[in-house]
Amino acid sequence: MSQAISPTINSRLTRRTRSRSIGAWILRLLVYLGALLSVGVLLFIVVYILIMGIPHLSPALFDPVYNSTNVSLMPALANTLLITLVALVIAVPLGLGAAIYLTEYAGRKNRIVGAVRVTAETLSGIPSIVYGLFGLLFFVTYLNWRMSLISGALTLAIMILPLIMRTSEEALKAVPDLYREGSFGLGAGRLRTVLRVLLPSATPGILAGILLGIGRIVGESAALIYTAGTVAEIPSGLFDSTRTLSVHMYVLASEGLHVEQTYATAVVLLLLVLIINTLAATLVRRFAKG
Amino acid sequence: MLGKLILSFLPRASTPSGEPSSSENSPLPAATAPSEASPSPGASLPPGAPQKPKVSGALKEKLAHIVFFIAASICIVAVVLICFFLFANGVPAIVQIGLPEFLTGDVWRPSSGEYGIFPMILGSLYVTAGAIVLGVPIGILCAIYLSTFASRRSVRLVQPGIELLAGIPSVVYGFFGLVVLVPLIRVFFDSFFGMHIQGMSILTAAIILAIMILPTIITISKAAIDAVPESYYEGALALGAEHERCVFRVMVPAALSGIMAAIILGVGRAIGETMAVVMVVGNQTHIPDSLLDGARTLTGNIVLEMGYAADLHREALIATAVVLFVFILLINLLFNVVKRGAKI
Repeated sequence: MSQAISPTINSRLTRRTRSRSIGAWILRLLVYLGALLSVGVLLFIVVYILIMGIPHLSPALFDPVYNSTNVSLMPALANTLLITLVALVIAVPLGLGAAIYLTEYAGRKNRIVGAVRVTAETLSGIPSIVYGLFGLLFFVTYLNWRMSLISGALTLAIMILPLIMRTSEEALKAVPDLYREGSFGLGAGRLRTVLRVLLPSATPGILAGILLGIGRIVGESAALIYTAGTVAEIPSGLFDSTRTLSVHMYVLASEGLHVEQTYATAVVLLLLVLIINTLAATLVRRFAKG
Repeated sequence: MLGKLILSFLPRASTPSGEPSSSENSPLPAATAPSEASPSPGASLPPGAPQKPKVSGALKEKLAHIVFFIAASICIVAVVLICFFLFANGVPAIVQIGLPEFLTGDVWRPSSGEYGIFPMILGSLYVTAGAIVLGVPIGILCAIYLSTFASRRSVRLVQPGIELLAGIPSVVYGFFGLVVLVPLIRVFFDSFFGMHIQGMSILTAAIILAIMILPTIITISKAAIDAVPESYYEGALALGAEHERCVFRVMVPAALSGIMAAIILGVGRAIGETMAVVMVVGNQTHIPDSLLDGARTLTGNIVLEMGYAADLHREALIATAVVLFVFILLINLLFNVVKRGAKI
């Protein structure tokens, strides 16, 4: 995000020239309208969901057991945490390792780097339903892990891998070369430099990437329906089917039987994702400053 | 003594870090090995002994290099696996049904063995086009506002909001569409045009998708406009142009390739979106007659029927995903071509 708002372009002096043609007024009006509409839509969606949902947040909704009369979201919430944890355990070391390789180990003209970049970009463009289908074909059917926590988590791990990789790479690149030179100068090897000098100073950026990944996992539904399944119970093992909060929300909304509870579930889901993403954004901003 | 050893290597060890490290780079690990072995035992060791930590340090470096390399190649492995599994499971079905029949057949009736996905292709294209028509102008205008009209304070207020818009889960968008937009559109067309429509339509899906692609369009367009050199603006201003004229006649055209990249990325988002669309588009498998008609998208076809499909039906759904995947790959390719010119 370029923070460099140009001093001239946005200065009051140039924004408020005295005489203005009609065309300019129309353009100005359009620009303000576009901005207003974008922000208005956001506010409307968030506020609408909150107003409709918060009154229906009842203790019963957080009952530890789900059944068809009390559509508790607690199991789904627990499953979301579980699946996020497993997916992160897989994706973070891989993404971080890849980022370290790309920034610290591979040379400029390394052919692998180009291939990794291209494939990572391809991965980040693939729609989540295609990930879901791949997970179904590979983890669920081919490896015969059935619809389970682990199948879902691995699918998600592949999905957020490019995100983790790119943000970690940017965080590592932002560490000044002086740090590397200083570390090498003191006689530390490459590995020691990475582990002791670069990773600690890149931590906020890496954390922000991980948080964004969590945000994506929590909001994901299309990739999970056919990989993790829709069983609304807390699984007893890695190979049991689970239903995350997003999938839970989708099932409720498409059943259409518990509209009030669906609103309440939407509130929980929305707040969860908004909090996670705000945290990530704050981290990025602080990181960019300091 | 150890310090002197390290110092003697200092000039070589502090060469820039971007160098290829593999085997040519052996002086570096060798130089650093003594320090890896931690100073206290290293200092007290007999003269012949430091050989051993030297080897293990180099080994550690080598091992780390291999581990990081493997991590980096996972992306490549993942793409290869995804391609392989999709094509291996989908292509046989396309062959069995026949490519022309599959792509241009307008009847999707798995129960009687008819697998034509033309209605879904059309559905996806209509919905995406609608989202672009509605979302792109608003998004670009908002980006122009943020980078050339807004005061610093409003940017600080609006931008995080836009980023939050990107984080809202698609099921929440879908649900919002279902409970707000669908009734709204039904009532609107009923009271103003006397049309009795169901409300789940291409138009509804297009509106929801337009909202969903807004953050993508805004963020990337803003970055593109911000990247236009300020001298362009100042030059136009010096020639007597108004602020608006400078922006629309000089800055925006200069940022056009970046804005194009934003639009292409938005198309990719829209065509791949599943849950939100499934919830509001109606999902009928016939070719839609109008914007207010229901339709089914490629993504919707997969998610709706995969749960119970078997045999050729199942493979036909995977083949649907193959078609979608090819679309996405083409869009990615286009994006890369455009981005190369844009330098965002």
